[in-house]
Amino acid sequence: MANPMKIRAAAKDGVTEVKVLMSHEMETGQRKDSSGNLVPAHFITELTATWNGKTVLDAQFGPAVSKNPYLAFKFKGGAKGDKVVVTWKDNKGDSRTDEAAIA
Amino acid sequence: MIKQRREVLKTGGGLGVLGLLAAAGVIKPELALAAWNEGAFKAGTLEKSLAALGAGKPATSGDISINAPDIAENGAVVPIGVSTTLPKVESISILIEKNPDALAATFKLPEGTEANVQTRCKMGQTSNVYALVKADGKFLMAMKEVKVTLGGCGG
Repeated sequence: MANPMKIRAAAKDGVTEVKVLMSHEMETGQRKDSSGNLVPAHFITELTATWNGKTVLDAQFGPAVSKNPYLAFKFKGGAKGDKVVVTWKDNKGDSRTDEAAIA
Repeated sequence: MIKQRREVLKTGGGLGVLGLLAAAGVIKPELALAAWNEGAFKAGTLEKSLAALGAGKPATSGDISINAPDIAENGAVVPIGVSTTLPKVESISILIEKNPDALAATFKLPEGTEANVQTRCKMGQTSNVYALVKADGKFLMAMKEVKVTLGGCGG
């Protein structure tokens, strides 16, 4: 089970800024371990963010996104207390969903 | 360490070629929105990635700005942000020319989401970073060179 994400969402002047820090290896599949074996690729492929059930961001990642990926984006609307839900899925079928209330 | 690094880089190159072959056979431009666009992410070179995204040869636009450092000390964590003032932005993609697979990330922006995203990418070496924006049905692009002092391929 993957570690939880850190999600911060803050509304200001009708715009909500969301910052997400995921906890994931993001292994590229091109690195070798100490005995020379390729480390298999393991990275987040898809990420969806919703606000009140409406999709506000739909992202796809390649292995070139850094370890423990960071993501920031803004959307119009959002009030204090509204929930922002972020879900990611990786190439091994693992997934994780976390939510945060807009501050 | 250095020898290992070379091996890793070499392997990376090899995988890139495999990716090219795969992409040449099964490019499906703008595949279903939900599914991971494997063709584009494993396309290899910048040109092939653009083709796999259905962008072809996009025109350069001065309205797209790439917010990335001129010099990145650590290639494993290069902050890259893309914003644009273009209207009706549908998607933003980040491509790094000299990575084994150029496409790093792509964001679909529903109406109401601002055309302003930031993330962090790995860069194997100094390279041009491209931001591809689809706005009002058209693909436009901007470029910025980021110098890397320590490559990020080794993770």
